[in-house]
Amino acid sequence: MSDQQRILPGSGTTDPYNIEGREAPETRPLIPLGQKSYDGDQQPRMGFFTDTTVCIGCKACEVACKEWNDVPDTIGELTGNSYDNTGGLGADNWRHVAFIEQRKPIYLQENAHLGTPAVEGEPDFRWLMSSDVCKHCTEAPCLDVCPTGSLFRTEFGTVVVQEDICNGCGYCVSACPFGVLEQRERDGRVWKCTLCYDRTKDGLEPACAQACPTDSIQYGPLDELREKANGRLDMLVEAGASDARLYGANEEEYGMGAFFLLLDDPEVYGLPPDPEVVTRKFRSLWGPAAVAASALAAGVAAAFIGGNR
Amino acid sequence: MNIHNFIPAWSVLRQIGGKDKLGLGKAAQSSHQANLTPRTAEADEVVKSICPYCAVGCGQRVFVKDGEVTQIEGDPDSPISRGRLCPKGAASRNYVQSPMREYKVKYRKPYGTEWEELDLETAVDMIADRIIKTREETWQATMENEDGEEINLRRTLGIAHLGGATLDNEENYLMKKLYTALGVVQVENQARI
Amino acid sequence: MGRGGATTFQQDLANSDCIVDIGSNMAENHPVGFQWVMEARLRGAKVIHVDPRYTRTSAVSHLHVPLRAGTDIAFLGGIVNYILENERYFEEYVKTYTNAPTIIEEDFKDTEDLDGLFSGWDPESGSYDPSSWQYAGMTVHSSAGKREQGGLTGEQSSPGSEMGKLEGGLPPEMDETLQHERCVFQLLKKHYSRYTPEMVEQITGVDRNLFTQVAETICENSGRERTTSFAYAVGWTQHTHGVQNIRTAAIIQLLLGNIGRPGGGIMALRGHASIQGSTDIPTLFNILPGYIPMPHAHQGQDLQQFIDRAAPATGFWGNMRAYTVSLLKSYFGDAATRENDFCFDYLPRLTGDHSIYPAVMGMVDGWCKGFLVMGQNPAVGAANGKLQRLALANLDWLVVRDLYECETASFWHDSPEIETGEFKPEEIGTEVFFMPAASHVEKAGSFTNTQRLLQWRHKAIDPKGDCRSELWFMYHLGRKIKEKLSGSDDPKNHPIRDLKWDYPTEMENGVEEPNPHSVLREINGWDENNSALGSYLQVKDDGSTSCGCWIYCGVYANEENQAARRKPGQEQSWVAPEWGWAWPMNRRILYNRASADPEGKPWSERKKCVWWDEDNGQWTGYDVPDFSPSKRPDYVPEDDAQAEDAIRGDKPFIMQADGTGWLYVPAGLTDGPMPTHYEPEESPFDNALYGQRANPARQRFPRNDNRYNPSYGQPGSEVFPYVLSTYRLTEHHTAGGMSRTTEHLSELMPEMFCEVSPELAEERGLENGGWATIVTMRSAIEARVLVTDRLAPLLVQGQKTYLVGMPYHWGSRGIVTGDSANDLLGLVLDPNVHIGEYKVATCDIRPGRRPRGPVLVEFVEEYRRRAGAPERVEEFSRNLENQNGGES
Repeated sequence: MSDQQRILPGSGTTDPYNIEGREAPETRPLIPLGQKSYDGDQQPRMGFFTDTTVCIGCKACEVACKEWNDVPDTIGELTGNSYDNTGGLGADNWRHVAFIEQRKPIYLQENAHLGTPAVEGEPDFRWLMSSDVCKHCTEAPCLDVCPTGSLFRTEFGTVVVQEDICNGCGYCVSACPFGVLEQRERDGRVWKCTLCYDRTKDGLEPACAQACPTDSIQYGPLDELREKANGRLDMLVEAGASDARLYGANEEEYGMGAFFLLLDDPEVYGLPPDPEVVTRKFRSLWGPAAVAASALAAGVAAAFIGGNR
Repeated sequence: MNIHNFIPAWSVLRQIGGKDKLGLGKAAQSSHQANLTPRTAEADEVVKSICPYCAVGCGQRVFVKDGEVTQIEGDPDSPISRGRLCPKGAASRNYVQSPMREYKVKYRKPYGTEWEELDLETAVDMIADRIIKTREETWQATMENEDGEEINLRRTLGIAHLGGATLDNEENYLMKKLYTALGVVQVENQARI
Repeated sequence: MGRGGATTFQQDLANSDCIVDIGSNMAENHPVGFQWVMEARLRGAKVIHVDPRYTRTSAVSHLHVPLRAGTDIAFLGGIVNYILENERYFEEYVKTYTNAPTIIEEDFKDTEDLDGLFSGWDPESGSYDPSSWQYAGMTVHSSAGKREQGGLTGEQSSPGSEMGKLEGGLPPEMDETLQHERCVFQLLKKHYSRYTPEMVEQITGVDRNLFTQVAETICENSGRERTTSFAYAVGWTQHTHGVQNIRTAAIIQLLLGNIGRPGGGIMALRGHASIQGSTDIPTLFNILPGYIPMPHAHQGQDLQQFIDRAAPATGFWGNMRAYTVSLLKSYFGDAATRENDFCFDYLPRLTGDHSIYPAVMGMVDGWCKGFLVMGQNPAVGAANGKLQRLALANLDWLVVRDLYECETASFWHDSPEIETGEFKPEEIGTEVFFMPAASHVEKAGSFTNTQRLLQWRHKAIDPKGDCRSELWFMYHLGRKIKEKLSGSDDPKNHPIRDLKWDYPTEMENGVEEPNPHSVLREINGWDENNSALGSYLQVKDDGSTSCGCWIYCGVYANEENQAARRKPGQEQSWVAPEWGWAWPMNRRILYNRASADPEGKPWSERKKCVWWDEDNGQWTGYDVPDFSPSKRPDYVPEDDAQAEDAIRGDKPFIMQADGTGWLYVPAGLTDGPMPTHYEPEESPFDNALYGQRANPARQRFPRNDNRYNPSYGQPGSEVFPYVLSTYRLTEHHTAGGMSRTTEHLSELMPEMFCEVSPELAEERGLENGGWATIVTMRSAIEARVLVTDRLAPLLVQGQKTYLVGMPYHWGSRGIVTGDSANDLLGLVLDPNVHIGEYKVATCDIRPGRRPRGPVLVEFVEEYRRRAGAPERVEEFSRNLENQNGGES
């Protein structure tokens, strides 16, 4: 008897990724990308909804990302910043879980009758966790500035750096309002989240979303995710979480392919409160003839981002 | 000012017509990216397994190509884990392929200052001899009770075993069976550690 | 309640209306299982986390209840008192399904009567004689010497219930009105009457209003329509009263009617892939497979005397002879016959505690000479690391099987004692064999997870080089030993000669691997026709069946590996009965008969699980009924009925002799029939409830290499003013062998650290990100400091108490390294299960790194002198030993 239960890839009787009755991509309506740029096999725009209210800070997303994408390790010292030893997004960290210890009223989550801080003398305290990632912006400044065409928008509306084209010029690094893009020291090229382009092309979930134990990271067609997120927000607000808000879900303000449900101001999580402003500020310095000035622009943008982080 | 009023020259060059007016989409895609497939799709086989870390018992799918593990991820079929893994489970391939793994028997002589090489078969043989010898030296056939009566013990306290909670039921079964027949009673595992 | 496993399964947590995480940090240590808690929360359940630290679990709970480490019984006892005082118990459930109405012996005395001791305490031997704890009117065994003890009670359960005769399935003396002063209900009431919210606050540091809020929330979410579940982890057992911690939760759950019902129960969360499996098929000294006790040494004892002594006649343990005979058949095959008592004499005999700690001390003392360690790393993972390494250094030979050269294999060349100069390789006589092991994808076999579920792993790739499975190693080791002893006529070698060791092997890439299916099939057992047994009901006591572990019988039913079943969860009901195989008999919720009322009807539509189908004359439902399938709800046994026939149709707890859930344990525990608050061995506080400070029956090992910090009221206690607790992080695994060796986990938590409150940091001059040295009588280690509000100081008996929290994942080897927290802990054990108190001790903490080299030894010595001159420590230890009768 053969010991092994062998299954050929894709030969299963069920679609393992069709977990919640998700419809197959081709039946979904197309939703506009900010830049109506894609030619040909355009798919519904796919993205991430990160519901930080159910994040348990386990960092499975960080590990699953590194395992799948062969992202190098960055073993350093203990940072002393709560349980965050990753520090931030970069060439070698495409997912980053932020930990925020706050002295502030705790009961902003689902406020049942339990939800009153009854304890005298106990400091009101909460510990926020949130998994950050490239936002795959609707109007991605990185994409605009890339002189080599290394950055491109995929048929899923995601933004991907092509490592076989990138020449390491670094313009995109300074263009990003979130500080996501970074050059990898060992090869000079820029690396960031691809929303697991190879997996999405094959109809698979990105590695981080697949691993996430509490479904804090959800992957799917963006319109569906936004609808879901709005429902969840309503629920929280109704339960008394008045500070709850969506970040990056509004195309009118600044659309993101990866958006977030937060319990506090974005800057608390290390996110720029108004990325559009960062971009515009940056763009005011920007023009077709001003490529040479980009080094200056980089400095300004970096300073601004630094102020928010 | 709208950035889209300015079409970067390099993109124009790459523009190949069609709807990709900005040359930022398909026109910009390299053939490598266009032909990208996930390595899971290239696996020779997918083997169903269970995570080796804690006792939640998450389902894992092990993707194998040319006799090597290329990916380990959650098994969505598992009613317990539904395809999800924690950071440890997600690091399983890293665990299996750790740079610290040992592939050779290492032997250290009494009072030795270095590891030495030892053939696997010889090592098992030597261990069998050590067990037999120590058992012989420390055997307790009987003891006397308070009333001076002889009571069977049939055991040795000269040998102890530790480990099992990370191992398979079948392995634990053989251990307990062999040790019990040998009279080794000090058999223990992580449950008490 | 009679079985050694979680009463429910993880997915069922989603059905709970309230989940109490106590003694567990589920979000951090079982993140994927925690998805079911999050799902319950999204469905509206309340989640309460009771823990000294505010953890990642607290962060997503409705309520975090910070309590002082080691005071769980006071807290939960307070809830018992709240339930009884406010009459919040589930009356029908309690009256019929628990032993609340049973009347106890007249001689019984409570801790209320004896200031913290129960009747039967013998200061001479330091142990209890439990005869006065029995049910009144029952014939009671009074066995001489050590009674056969089963498995780890609470964690794991045992027969060992010395139960006399029932009348019509009921104990002879009962009071259905629950009014008799010696009925269990009234005894319980009296026992916990002083566990008031005020007392709880004094002992645990939990605000009385917060306490009441928790108690009320649990009560509100229990009853016919609602259920509450408790989740605990192994850390909760790591106290000198660990078993009683779990017992207290069981009492609450029984009083509220939360056992055997969807969304109820007690979820034991275990930390190793097959820790449940390794107790079911034990690598433990005191039990055989299926929780059959190992025999103790008794004059002329034969198999039947052993059975009579160890097992009650009624309940499912009434069939223990069948289980034992069939096990002996699977061990010794044809050699085991009725004529030779099925080779019962071949089993080695116990004379006391042969657990790992006495064995380790035996290594230090020289009588234990050979040590095999497989997939475990005691040099880092066990308490009092220095003692562990001293033991390793004094062996004749050591075998370590692991994926990596762990600290247990490398102690002779890079342990902390090498650094201090206490060890020199050329002075260590231990012969060391390091054998590389196969990983989980390089071998096939089954793990039993935390919910008693066996899941088969298929082999993905061949192991490389010399890497081999433990199955390979044990099989060939056994084969060689058999060969080498084959010519021997020495009686001590007869068990080896007769050992059934005929597993088929397969050549795979030049490796002769025993077939793991064949081993699982032997565990399952077969009948006289060599057909695989279908369930343990078929196991016989006449030698016609073989069964390697009766509770696993059925895992190979129909000649199929049921553990390898993988029908996708999305194609099944929420119970998912066709995924893997759960013992016993694929039941997912234990005692699920209790999900129906005494007449067999579901208590409520919302919480239905199993019910009586009158038309077909059988039990039916969503889960496999945990009951005799056709036993009517109104069945009343004859007085001479045996085994399961003696259990009434309205008694769901079929493993107990009387079929009830035990609020009060008349037999089987060594430290009392009802959980009682005691202080930890090392504690800065006195016992506010009783004169008896700590668990009198706890197991102490006072010796030079295992010194205890002076506790409250003892001279020198001020030297160690802080409470210390150890724990795990999501990012690492136990002693680190499986995580410090991977880059992707190492980078997430790269250094050993300790956590302290801002107040303690201020008091001791500690800086966030800086270094601290933590000291106990055992050792001193260093760690980086995290200053955090998550470790809030607690106000206990008017005094602020500070906790120093420390993960224990680091050691001297790995991609990341650091000092090991376990070096700080001493060995003091729970008397029932011999598990050490790892979750609480006292310590000192000071800024800066620890001294290096020989100075470190002197540094610790200096602390010892300050805490009491060595002579005084020894004298003191002896006194304590006499006073408490600590075994050693």
